[in-house]
Amino acid sequence: MNLPLRPAETADDLSRYIRSEGALRSFEVAVTGARCAGCIGKIETGVRGITGVQEVRLNLSTGKLSVSWQAETVSPQMVLRRVRDLGYGAQPFDAEDTLDADGAHGRLLLRCLALAAFGTVFTMGLTDALWYGGDDMDAAMRDVFHWLAAAVAIPVTLYAGQPFFRSAWSSLSHRRTNMDVPISAALLLSLGLSFYQTLQRGQDIYFDAAVMLVLLLLVGRFLDFRLRDRARGAARHLLAMQSLLARRLKPNGDSETVTARDLAPGDRLVLATGERVPVNGVLESEATELDNSLVTGESASVSVLTGAALQAGAIITGPAAILRATARVEDSLVADLARLLEAGQQTRCRYVRLADRAARAYVPVVTGLALLVLLGWLVWGATVIVAATNAIAVLIITCPCALGLAVPAVQVVATERLFRHGVFVKSGDALERLAEIDLAIFDKTGTLTTGTPMLKNREAIPFCVLDKAAMLARASRHPLARAVAAAAGPGPVARDTRETAGAGIQASVDGEVCRLGSAVWCGAAQDSGGRLWFRRADQAPVPFEFQETLRPEAAAVIAALTARGIAVQMLTGDRGGPAEAVAAQAGIANWCAGVGPREKAAHLQQLRDQGRRVLMVGDGINDAAAMALAHVSIAPGTAADVSQLASDMVLRGESLMPLVEAVDVARRARRLVLQNFSLAALYNLTAIPMAALGMVTPLIAAATMAGSSLLVTLNALRLTLRKMP
Amino acid sequence: MSGIALVIASALLVGLIALGVLLWALASGQYDDPQGDAERILMDDEP
Repeated sequence: MNLPLRPAETADDLSRYIRSEGALRSFEVAVTGARCAGCIGKIETGVRGITGVQEVRLNLSTGKLSVSWQAETVSPQMVLRRVRDLGYGAQPFDAEDTLDADGAHGRLLLRCLALAAFGTVFTMGLTDALWYGGDDMDAAMRDVFHWLAAAVAIPVTLYAGQPFFRSAWSSLSHRRTNMDVPISAALLLSLGLSFYQTLQRGQDIYFDAAVMLVLLLLVGRFLDFRLRDRARGAARHLLAMQSLLARRLKPNGDSETVTARDLAPGDRLVLATGERVPVNGVLESEATELDNSLVTGESASVSVLTGAALQAGAIITGPAAILRATARVEDSLVADLARLLEAGQQTRCRYVRLADRAARAYVPVVTGLALLVLLGWLVWGATVIVAATNAIAVLIITCPCALGLAVPAVQVVATERLFRHGVFVKSGDALERLAEIDLAIFDKTGTLTTGTPMLKNREAIPFCVLDKAAMLARASRHPLARAVAAAAGPGPVARDTRETAGAGIQASVDGEVCRLGSAVWCGAAQDSGGRLWFRRADQAPVPFEFQETLRPEAAAVIAALTARGIAVQMLTGDRGGPAEAVAAQAGIANWCAGVGPREKAAHLQQLRDQGRRVLMVGDGINDAAAMALAHVSIAPGTAADVSQLASDMVLRGESLMPLVEAVDVARRARRLVLQNFSLAALYNLTAIPMAALGMVTPLIAAATMAGSSLLVTLNALRLTLRKMP
Repeated sequence: MSGIALVIASALLVGLIALGVLLWALASGQYDDPQGDAERILMDDEP
């Protein structure tokens, strides 16, 4: 289904991917298919074999191959060709600035984490000594311990707490609050209070609580970052794989390779068999055939004649063609979809994650409570210091430490589990959204079916006819001819075949002229389309009928979803006949045929307006806009790049079955997150009265925090322990 | 008193050294490709 456009690259169009530092050139390649030590060895040794190449390193985690050289003899296309010759996918990697920004943020989080861990251990060592041996110490010794703890904890907390302070500040400057506001308040207030106590030679210092708070929160933040980073990495990889290049004909007849973005209306392009049409245009060369399945969802190839309008996204399945561009990339259908896609993603951004919803309820309650405590103590007649101390204690004890861990811990465990089952989750909140769905919409071609046609009436065809037809069929790349060849198995190929695009193929077998192709080509009376005919000499033509191959597990997946209370629909751009057959086989009662990309998107919008939460499963460019509008979307691994980009999850491998697993895990993960919220809230609720009454010691504060975080993490791990029902 | 000062000072020093080593490992890219490093152990002929 997914044939990347890949004309021969020339030196000039790859130059923008090369980075030079003095004489040293470096070049990055997105590699697909590398999995193990064998692959690393093969690729690195192979590329190092190019004379002049200095350093080669394949990063298996990101799939990025870095190559550097100084010699003039090396060219980037040699590297690409070598990797492809070894049997792996290779595309130049467009190093963007955003990539470095993400990396820098990740490194900052790790540095903060390391520093916070060091600070926590050291401060705990000091305060432990105070808790257990404080009574035996003299005042001078206690002061030394307090000052030491302050010297470590204050700079560590201020540095490692940066991510929270920054987020809280930017949120406050937009006159909003988020979870980081009470966190920052608790951190700064506990540091301030403890420093005041140290100066006053008091007893209650919360330095250890502050550092531990930062550490535990950073763990949650880091897990969340890793999750998003991996998703972004996958998206970048897909984009690199998708970089569209086109071969443009110069007036003198030579061709040059340009990026699709540089194409202007009036340009003439050469498109080889298997290439994707980059922009809308008019066919100038002779008739050819198109696979429009990614554009319209229709499974059968369409023949087009000279002068026909071609839509971007179609794949040439007939002979090579020359196209005159009539639109720029941004005005072509693909870009049109990209705009729809963007609109869909914006509506999705409005989705409020569970953690943020909790924060919205949490922040006012906690600050209100602290204020109440402050006023209560003042009214009671306490000094300002005592009242403030107790109010701050409330803030520290209710700091949403466990809440910060509750969601990422569950999501990391859930994504890891799904990854092992062949589901690649691109964002954490996708799991939250998947847990809420009540309707699943499937695309037909390439999603419920494998996308390749299969010979239906094999029994009705005499063996000798199939045998001869297959000899002709093996010479053709046409999908229906391939299906005939596949049904017949391996065998000889007819010689001197002549293929006419949009009509059929002709050859002489055993001295007789044989034809395989359309009804007109073979002189058959009538035809409903979607069939091949075979005619030997003057005998009556024999029809070959085809059907799409339903994925073997499709019916089971539909049944499993229905059993979970999820309604199922099928939307397809294909004609009614094939659609009905597939729907009947898969067990879908509710289906709609002949639906174009815009109608699909409109249908999804309508469902959204009705308040339905829809899961969209699709693979084509024509599904991308609908997928972006859906509450959550899943693409099979064979899907078009755009659809994989638009989707929240991608299934690796051929089977649809992991989809059911994904729904189960998502629902269970949601239950666990809610459990975690209640656990954390319960923990804090019991501690609040103590804090309000001024009974909380630093020891109790530290124990509460560590205890609730531990509980939440252990609860999340239950997701790996139990087998799914 | 001098004993405990020594203990605390050396604990701080050891902790800081460990922290420094970790930060150095991070900066030198040792955590960039955990999956690849795990596989590279199995390669015999690392050139």
